[in-house]
This record gives sequence, structure tokens and C-alpha cells, in this order.
Amino acid sequence: MFKQKFRNRHPYMFIAPAVTLLIIFSIIPITIAFFISFTDLDLKGLANWSNISWIGFDNYQNLFADDTFIKSIFNTLFYVVIGVPLVIICSLGIALMLNYGSNKLFSMFRSVYYMPSITNIIAVAVIWGYLYNTEYGLFNYILSLLSVENIPWLQEPTIAKISLIILAVWKGIGINMIIFLAALQGIPRAYYEAAKIDGANRIQTFFNVTLPLLRYATFFVTVTTLIGWMQFFEEPYVMTQGGPLDGTLSIALFIYQEGFQFSEFGYAAAGSFVLFIMIIIITLIQFKLRKSDTEY
Amino acid sequence: MASIHSTKGKTEKTLITVLMIIGGILVSIPFIWMITSAFKPESEALRIPPTILPENPTLDNFKHLFTELNFLVYLRNTLIIVAFSFVGLLFNGMAGYGFAKFAFKGREKIFYLVLATMMIPGQVTMIPVYLLLNGMGLTNTLPGIILPGLVAAFSIFLFRQFMGTIPTDLIEAARLDGAGEFYIFFRLIIPIAKPIFAVQGILAFIGAWNSFLWPLIIANDESLYTLSVGLSLLQGQYGNNFALQMAGAAFMVVPIIIIFAFFQKYIVEGFTMSGIK
Repeated sequence: MFKQKFRNRHPYMFIAPAVTLLIIFSIIPITIAFFISFTDLDLKGLANWSNISWIGFDNYQNLFADDTFIKSIFNTLFYVVIGVPLVIICSLGIALMLNYGSNKLFSMFRSVYYMPSITNIIAVAVIWGYLYNTEYGLFNYILSLLSVENIPWLQEPTIAKISLIILAVWKGIGINMIIFLAALQGIPRAYYEAAKIDGANRIQTFFNVTLPLLRYATFFVTVTTLIGWMQFFEEPYVMTQGGPLDGTLSIALFIYQEGFQFSEFGYAAAGSFVLFIMIIIITLIQFKLRKSDTEY
Repeated sequence: MASIHSTKGKTEKTLITVLMIIGGILVSIPFIWMITSAFKPESEALRIPPTILPENPTLDNFKHLFTELNFLVYLRNTLIIVAFSFVGLLFNGMAGYGFAKFAFKGREKIFYLVLATMMIPGQVTMIPVYLLLNGMGLTNTLPGIILPGLVAAFSIFLFRQFMGTIPTDLIEAARLDGAGEFYIFFRLIIPIAKPIFAVQGILAFIGAWNSFLWPLIIANDESLYTLSVGLSLLQGQYGNNFALQMAGAAFMVVPIIIIFAFFQKYIVEGFTMSGIK
């Protein structure tokens, strides 16, 4: 009887360390973030709690009157609208290519394409900072051979955004390519043979057999990539600090700067909730769109 | 597939192979440029037209990192974080096993709670976690850097998926033989679950080696910096010394490439295994 009772404690002992840490560092923080987003907590408030006052929705109202924040939303949408489709198309394209053969060469290049995604983001930023350098960079040198004028890769707001997207696409391909590749390898050969017997050509087979069967993988990749790009942070943080003229400032970087450079904790927390709500809405829309096409 | 092996099929295969190689070279340019530039003297890295291979290969940049800069300290801190990430891995594995192989009160609810934490963006918890650590007096300490990223919901989820495939009879048999629960976990479950531990272990290593945000937020003293934070500091301080920057980057990237080259089969299989497809 005693032993039975003791045994019932075991599952809790197994899950306790991980669940406790998740509660302390995820569940409790999100509650705290919610409350402080309605306060004016800053360094003064941190030193003495009596300096904190409840200001209701002021932070949220101020955010939408803050030109910098509006700009960061615009920039983030720019990253997402251009970057996400690029990542999906490139990773699917490369996966299709790699799926074509199965010899040593193909598996070697699988590693080559995967490599950027496991490379440290700071190292990546340092290397690309050199490549993008206006005077000494490799890219401008190669372009000068084609007699193209120096391109200010990181000095002009729109070009800088595109430069960061190129870098992030390069880094983002690997993991999604692997997911597509796994899905491609899971398609039974019989489907292709059936399509062939029906006289379908390559293009028809691709659009009517391969793509529909990749629907689950594509959905997974789209949802995770979108969520990731909504939180675009390290690239602008290391390469441009959000400049020039806030041209590369993303929402995540805005939150970081407000929180840790200006110590406006309450304001930053409010910004983070706006981001969270945007992510939830976009994800819900995707799930909704998916539901509507299940009857296929 | 035999019928495809016509001439048409062969040219197509050659075409795709060539395309794949060109794409692969384009993707590797940043890596190649990093390696070759790391061995150039400072002035050569700034030369126009640039040299592809270093004319006077030198190890000075790497010496500079360790003698005049604190890369040895950064390396030590990074390795400490890596070591603790394996403790986190064990916690994830234990939790995955707990959720998969025990029936207990509140199992579904707690598991949904774990999954829900995956949805919370890092930016939302960043500030309150900092305030919590500040309240616990852990800012500017190594525990403060390590704790927030120790466990990951996604990893728990993958462990649970894998552990679910282990036959319950096996565990019951061990129990009948009088083995204790923790004995079963360490002596029976871990050896069976080796593949998932291998994949998650490699990913934990890479994640810890690359950790940037928490060290950046929590560490004020340079003595607590990790390699990534040190490297971003280096970029700020030695803005135009690209050879030195490339050496620092190479020092961070090359170990990961080597580890990946050895274990890539497991990583790729891991994705297939964990059922993401």
C-alpha cells in the first residue's frame, strides 16, 4: 500500500525539474509582463517599488502614437512579406534538387546547404558585415568588375532591409529544406508511377502530386517561419542597430532597445504584447485558411 | 525508375547536379571568405582588388584573440554553458519520459501548459525574466545566464514522442524484477532512447555554443561574456580590422562545422524520426 503511493509520486519527480523551470521562466514571466505593461515601471521603479504607478492603457496608446514603433511594424511586415516566401521557395527548390539523386555528392551538398542554419548568428553578422562593406567588401568588388557603382548595402534604409533579408534567407533555408526533404522522401513511389501511367508530364506531376502531398510540410514551414520572422531581431541588432534612420528597426529590436537601453520596462512590455497579439492573429488566420482547403 | 535512365534523364541529372554545385558554392562563399581572410594580415584584408588566397598566411589574428583579447575567458564561459545544457537535456528527457510513460493526475493539463510555452515569443518574457533574475540577485552571474534557457518545451515534446514508442511491457518487466524507477530510467530507458538523446544532444550543444541573448542581457562584466558576446564586442571595437574579425568568427564557426560533419547523419535522421514530416 505504501509502495503504491510512493510509486505515484514518481511521474511528478520526473517532470518536476523541467516543468518548474518552464513555470519560472515562461509562465510566471508572461503574467508579470502583462501586469507591468499597464505600469510606468522604469529604473526608478526598479529601485523603489513605490515609484511604480498604474497607468492603464497609456503605454498602449503611446505606442501607437510613437512614430518609431509604427516604423518598426512597417519594417517587420516588409521583412515578413518578402522574406518568408523567399525562404519557402528557396528551401523547397533546394529540397527538390537534393531529392533528385542519392549518391555521396548529393548528401555532401545537403550538408553544405544546411550549414548556414547552424552557424552562430553573430559570426554570420560579422562575416556578412565584411562582405557588405561599401569600400572593402567582396560584393562591391565583384559588382565593380561588372562596372556597377558601389552599392550602399547597409547605409540606405530600403537597401539595408533587403541586405538583411538576403542574409536571413541564406541562414533560414537549411532547417526548412530538411523538413521538405523528409516529406519528399515520405511520398510513396507508387503515386508517381500512377501519374506516369496516366500520362502526366513533369510539371503536371509536380503541381498535382508532389505539391499537394507536401501540404502538411509546407504548412508547418510557413507557420514556423512566419513566427520566426515576426521576431526578427539578431540580424538588425548586430549589423545595423536598427539604423540607418530606424530603417531596419524591427518590433523585437524596438522592444529590446526600450527595455534594456532606455530601461522603459513597462513601455517595452506593452510593445511585446502588441507583438504577441500580432503573432497570434497571423497564426490563427493561417490555421483558418488551412481548414478551408482540407476538402481537397 | 529504370525507364527514366534514358539520354533525356541523364542530361537532366547532369543539369541538376551542376545547378546544385553552383548553388552550393554560392551558399559557401561567406564561409570560404571567412576562412581565407582569417589568415591574412590586417592590411591584406583591406586590399582592393582583394586576394582570394592569403599571400602571406599568418596565424597572428588567432594569437591576437587569445593574448591581447579575452577569448580564452569567453571560451571557458561558453563551455560551462554547454556543459549545463546537457543537464537541461537530461531534464527534458526525464520530463518527456514522465509524460509518455506514466498515467498521473493532471498529465494532459500540465503537458498542454508545456506546449503553450512554445507559443510565447522570447521578447515577451525577456523583460520579466530579467526583472525576476534581478530580484533573485542573479544578474551578472553565470547561473543567471544558464537558467533561463535550460529547458525547452519543444525538446520535451520530441522526447515524449520518442519515449511513447518504447514498449510499456519492457518497463513493467523491469519493475517486476524490483528495479527502482530512476534505475529503470538511467539503465534501461536512456540506452534505448540513445538516438533521440544524440540528436537533442547535438542540437543542445549547438544552441549553447551559439547562445547570445541571455549572456548579452545578464552579463555586465567582460569576465562573464560568451564567445558570441565577445565577438560582437570585437566587431564594435575593431571595426575595420576585418582579418581579426574573421579569425574570431572562424573560431566560433569551425568547431560547429566539424561537429556537424561528424554527426550530420543523426541530425537529419532526427528530423525524420521526430515525425515533423
